[in-house]
Amino acid sequence: MRHDHLLSAGQLTREDIEAVLDRAAEMAADPAGVAERHADRLLALCFFEPSTRTKMSFDAAMKRLGGDTVDMGTVESSSVKKGESLADTVRVIEGYADGIVLRHPSEGAAKLAAEFVDVPVVNAGDGAGQHPSQTLLDLYTMRENAGLDDLTVGIMGDLKYGRTVHSLAEALTTFDARMHFVSPESLKLPRGVQFDLHEAGARLREHTDLAEVLPELDVLYVTRIQRERFPDENEYQKVAGQYQIDAETLDAARDDLTVMHPLPRVDEIAPDVDANEHATYFRQAHNGVPVRMALLDELLSGEGGEP
Amino acid sequence: MSEHELRVSKIRDGTVIDHVTGGQALNVLAVLGIDGDEGLGVSIGMNVPSDTLGKKDIVKVEDRELSQGEVDIISLLAPEATVNIVREFEVVEKNRVERPERVVGLLRCPNHNCITNGEEPVESTFGVVEDGVRCEYCGEIIRSDIGDHLAVS
Ligand SMILES: [Zn+2]
Repeated sequence: MRHDHLLSAGQLTREDIEAVLDRAAEMAADPAGVAERHADRLLALCFFEPSTRTKMSFDAAMKRLGGDTVDMGTVESSSVKKGESLADTVRVIEGYADGIVLRHPSEGAAKLAAEFVDVPVVNAGDGAGQHPSQTLLDLYTMRENAGLDDLTVGIMGDLKYGRTVHSLAEALTTFDARMHFVSPESLKLPRGVQFDLHEAGARLREHTDLAEVLPELDVLYVTRIQRERFPDENEYQKVAGQYQIDAETLDAARDDLTVMHPLPRVDEIAPDVDANEHATYFRQAHNGVPVRMALLDELLSGEGGEP
Repeated sequence: MSEHELRVSKIRDGTVIDHVTGGQALNVLAVLGIDGDEGLGVSIGMNVPSDTLGKKDIVKVEDRELSQGEVDIISLLAPEATVNIVREFEVVEKNRVERPERVVGLLRCPNHNCITNGEEPVESTFGVVEDGVRCEYCGEIIRSDIGDHLAVS
């Protein structure tokens, strides 16, 4: 991978992805070997909306590489509330750190930030846009469980606003996976994402009912349907139950089905699935650290900064 | 000169935008930022019968030539349009519009949550795709209704 920034999953080739996953596996196997690799380097964590897990995961990854982090803090306590533009904020922070991890509520924020700074920018979620580092850890988890070849993946839940879904679907096109999207009519994939998937020659089908495809799946990727997306509570209640799974639902699945979720979950996966051998979501979350270590190593080692 | 063209008066100097897709004339004026206050002489023919387009619009603007950005947007509203420069009642230059690869600063992204709609020091940027334009920041696609998203209006 020779990129200055990680802004969207669409910029990654299959080779790029495999290189990061291979490196992540090496680092997971021998964390001591990289414990000083980025000593004295600083990563700025700029989270314009809260995400404890993603932030902690990057924080842990940087520290396990021997580096450290500086944290912008919450938006409430920062100058952002005073109306400073994102472009100005990142230009200032660029002077403090060797890389910037950005979470922002607006689509396209990471791309904009990358235009104003010379240090690497990692998009850690831009509104309903993209979340490519999540995708790398999702793919790492899939590879561990099901491999990445000849894969049938079901993606269920809020496909319209789910940035993890947008990034994952784009990345899966480089692996020629068969994709089944399962959602209520009102939360189907946005047309921009559909456009990219068609351009990439994706093999995809859309469904409103999981039962139609569950028996075929190698992987079921579940996301949360957010109550606040629905104009009224009745509309939500009508669809919500249909997109919840429990141990009984999975009776219809193949024995080797892998169930994933980017977390946090609310009620879309019943607790009785946790002990089930299909459940992989906690392992998936843990994989975030080695994968982000590999990603940060890649980005921080570029541009003559080879440690 | 055909009877149909006579419906729109001849101009001495300026620009004639012909073969505009029927119904798009007002959007073309919006692209040009013309609302009448400038004092320019403007004539419009709307839904004039056309051999090639069925119905077309014509916009004639006196004493005004077009910038490349204006021509680019017109090409998206009206892919068949021709831009004719008139001097002393004669057409001295006649150009078909060409679809650009990108349009910068001319459209507003319809995604309210797009970073380009915030208070940031960037211009909106759209890549031209097969049947529309696409925001290079958020990926939003505008298809048939480009005229509704002009940054100038
Ligand atoms: Zn946009």
